[in-house]
Amino acid sequence: MKNTIITNNLNAYFGKTHAVKDINMKIGERVATAIIGPSGCGKSTFIRCLNRMHEVIPGTSVRGDVLLDGKNIYDGDVDPIELRQKVGMVFQKPTPFPTLSIYENVSVGLKLNGINKKSYLDEIVEESLKKAALWDEVKDKLKASGMSLSGGQQQRLCIARALAVKPEVILFDEPCSALDPISTTKIEELIQQLKQNYTIVIVTHNMQQAARVSDWTAFFLLGELIEFGKTQEIFTNPKDKRTEAYITGRFG
Amino acid sequence: MSINQNIIEKIVKIFLWIFTIITIFILFYIVGFILKNGIGGLSKEFFMEFPKSMGREGGIFPIIIGTILLTLAAVFIAGPLGIGTAVYLTEYTRENRITQMIRFGADCLAGIPSIVFGLFGFVLFVIKLKMGWSIISGGLTLSIMILPTIIRTSEEAIKAVPKPLREVSYSLGGTKWQTIVFIVIPQALPGILTGIILSIGRCVGETAAVIFTAGSSLRLPNSLFDSVRTMSVHFYILSREGISLKNAYATASVLIISIGMINFLSYWIMHRFIRRIEGK
Repeated sequence: MKNTIITNNLNAYFGKTHAVKDINMKIGERVATAIIGPSGCGKSTFIRCLNRMHEVIPGTSVRGDVLLDGKNIYDGDVDPIELRQKVGMVFQKPTPFPTLSIYENVSVGLKLNGINKKSYLDEIVEESLKKAALWDEVKDKLKASGMSLSGGQQQRLCIARALAVKPEVILFDEPCSALDPISTTKIEELIQQLKQNYTIVIVTHNMQQAARVSDWTAFFLLGELIEFGKTQEIFTNPKDKRTEAYITGRFG
Repeated sequence: MSINQNIIEKIVKIFLWIFTIITIFILFYIVGFILKNGIGGLSKEFFMEFPKSMGREGGIFPIIIGTILLTLAAVFIAGPLGIGTAVYLTEYTRENRITQMIRFGADCLAGIPSIVFGLFGFVLFVIKLKMGWSIISGGLTLSIMILPTIIRTSEEAIKAVPKPLREVSYSLGGTKWQTIVFIVIPQALPGILTGIILSIGRCVGETAAVIFTAGSSLRLPNSLFDSVRTMSVHFYILSREGISLKNAYATASVLIISIGMINFLSYWIMHRFIRRIEGK
């Protein structure tokens, strides 16, 4: 299996707080990798290092390498703006831009990158909404505000928005934690489909979700990577006692 | 114990109710008093005609135009400056000694009596920079006066834009500037507009700063370097010099009605905007 992302001794800090410690991980191409662990274990911080979103917060720093297709994204010649088009992100809460319509929400990434050709935008908007399994529900009201949709639809809109800039990797930061069970199922089905074409990394609190959608699972604890392996093995035959304790619900 | 509590509760409620009534009564009394004395003087001619014999007769057409031009000049100068400052303070710096100083400076500016601005504008713009009594001198002076309001309201509005929206924009490959222009400012617009509308209200109603810097010419201005008279200055001169109390009240009525209209319009725009954001 080819690896899309390789991290070498990745460390992340908030001021002096050491949030992510010496992570070495190989994330495979076109599979879903889940990151599980109790709150505050550094899993969100870790994925935010993969598209250089960690540095957006003032006072933070990163040490170590993150190789994307062999190229260190922390090299001086890498533009974080371009990188983030390759490594998209879906956030915890659905965050459509309130002032934009559904159409504009999907096309906003392209517009930010200077693409304005109407016919191309139309095409990408339709394609992205179809990929996000939202097209049939919104095709007649593309001009309506993104806020008029339900929470689950809003989150799929956010996924369409991330897809529109044609990323290679999509990072999901607890994408279902603000959604009801039915919407959650839909998002999970969507991730199952998307992993055929995209490399997916999903942070989740929900272990059943990790088991359902991911091929590989990493268990984080207090900023360290405790165990990383095939999802099935992590859940049926964990090697580390702490992993076992966590997945059987003894803490976290 | 509990009976006492109940009585206190009732008394407090009654007092609060009385306070509210008094406030509203004062407002209605002033507006009613001015309109009662002034509305009789309002006619199509009053709006459309030039004043004759110092405003004793005729209308206030050039004065309405002067008020509009002066206010626009002030808002066009202070708007970009103030919004720019607010963006810098909120997006480009972290809280430190310098931002605190800028903020403190802006707050001090807000507390200065308007006549001091008038004197300052007179010395700097009218005399030193040789702009004379003109729309530009008056506009610059008023813009300094309204700057703190625009900075503070814009700052609050920008701060209220949720952080995740900015992060989403970055995650889509937006630069900081694009994020500010396409995401943050549109979202903060109702708040920013509120500040600008408050400022318009202050400009329209300002007398002391204007009389020193824009003069009190009764002619229609030909350029930004011509003197104008605003409605509040006109009102002041008409009543102060006892020229025509009737026309003074009529002018005051126009002033009050236009401020009412500005507030109503802004409320309507904001309401529409908020409805659109909420997706109704």
